[in-house]
Amino acid sequence: MKYLLLINTPSPDSSEERPAQGPTVEEFMAFEKAVSDAGVKLDGNALDTSNATTVRVRVNGERVVTDGPFAETREIVGGYYLIDVPDLDAALDWAARCPGARHGTVEVRTVWEPDQS
Amino acid sequence: MNEQRAARSVEAVFREDRSRLLALLAARFGDLDLAEETASDAIEAALERWPVDGVPDKPLAWLLATARRKAIDRIRRDRTYAERLAVLQVESDRAAAAVAPEPGFDDIPDERLQLFFTCCHPALSSEAQSALTLRFLADLTTPEVARAFLVPTATMAQRIVRAKRKIRNARIPFRVPGPDELPARLPSVLRVIYLVFTEGYAASSGNDLLRPDLADEAIRLARILHRLLPREREVTGLLALLLLTDARRAARIDAAGGQVLLEDQDRALWDADLIAEGRRLVVPALTGPGVGPYAVQAAIAALHDEATDFETTDWPQIVALYEVLLQIETSPLVALNRAVAIAMRDGPEAGLTLLDDLTEAEELRGYHLLPAARADLLRRLGRTTEAAAAYRAALALVGNEPERSMLARRLAELTDR
Repeated sequence: MKYLLLINTPSPDSSEERPAQGPTVEEFMAFEKAVSDAGVKLDGNALDTSNATTVRVRVNGERVVTDGPFAETREIVGGYYLIDVPDLDAALDWAARCPGARHGTVEVRTVWEPDQS
Repeated sequence: MNEQRAARSVEAVFREDRSRLLALLAARFGDLDLAEETASDAIEAALERWPVDGVPDKPLAWLLATARRKAIDRIRRDRTYAERLAVLQVESDRAAAAVAPEPGFDDIPDERLQLFFTCCHPALSSEAQSALTLRFLADLTTPEVARAFLVPTATMAQRIVRAKRKIRNARIPFRVPGPDELPARLPSVLRVIYLVFTEGYAASSGNDLLRPDLADEAIRLARILHRLLPREREVTGLLALLLLTDARRAARIDAAGGQVLLEDQDRALWDADLIAEGRRLVVPALTGPGVGPYAVQAAIAALHDEATDFETTDWPQIVALYEVLLQIETSPLVALNRAVAIAMRDGPEAGLTLLDDLTEAEELRGYHLLPAARADLLRRLGRTTEAAAAYRAALALVGNEPERSMLARRLAELTDR
């Protein structure tokens, strides 16, 4: 079963108080190695949080391009992993091991399957 | 006659073991809908066959085998179930290898523990956890669960459907957490049972103080869980707490349905058998390192139950236990109870000082028992005007009718003087 782990990090523009120390590159590299070695990683990347651009197409077909992420939120998606594991408990275990979970949040989403109600 | 006997037999099997059958099927299929559907198919088949063929020696085994055949039929009819057929076969092969070829009633494993952990999975909302547990483990119908939560049946039906959909689509597994996970997962199961009980013990709204059906269901669930996890001390502690609290049920309401406070209760009405059973359970729950919150609360309940009257209750010991509880979890609600116990030990003034410190606590905002406790202590100190104001504040917040009228009575007594 495919799960997407969305790694939310505090937005760079956010005035919210941020954790004293973000996750280190070494921590993320260790997680990357673990998730790859376990054979569950299908895809995964860190995202640049500083240069988001949002596109929206209006009903009349007009394309609206704006600078920044879609919503003014405290957090921004800073990376993702697409993993293939047997069930939600396994996905939650990987999400909890992700360094992003200790400095922000990791949202676990399932890939929509056409036959599900 | 045969037909009647068969019907009674089906009924008996189902009252006791419907949740067991459902849990077995859910574990086997990994799907609650299929489990529910095939369970009711199997009952229907039993009602048809048993009057003709006689009641089988092992009714649960018969129902299980029938339900599995129905599941395979169902899957063959419906192509979207094809994937589940593969799962079903793998699982049934594994199950067949694990159990004796002719499983008797007692040889069939009790899979309800898996079902408890699935229904109370932290990925489900607290409301959904309670609803699923009452629906599938207490075997209440959807309208009954809706009544338990005082929501329309349609709302509850939708809540259950949505929760089942998440279990299926996000693939929340049917499994018992390993020993390393259990400390993190067990509390949510215990909390659901406790919440069902407290709603039954002091309804948050409505005309009745007690909802005995809910309290009974909670105790039944706690008993099942205790049978399944006899060595988990917090499970033992929870069961003890529920029994020791429920033992006072008959004394908590007067003939008119009004609330009777602990200090005014006729202790002869307390259930001595429940108290004895609860006290037996408290001992193992408290014994050993790392005592849990339910065991401590059970010990407090036991001290109340053992006292011959309110004044001679062992208040110093109760205060000490509330302090232990506060160390386990800092909760303003526990602090409130401790303040009341201190008032009994050291006098109302001491309790009042502690209560005044709690008025800023976010968790107690809107909670009627804080002003009610203040009112009670102020009344005992003879500070009538302040007491009346506190009773009015409590009255503005209280949810159920019997508690409301008790507070109104106290207020009237004050202002009449």
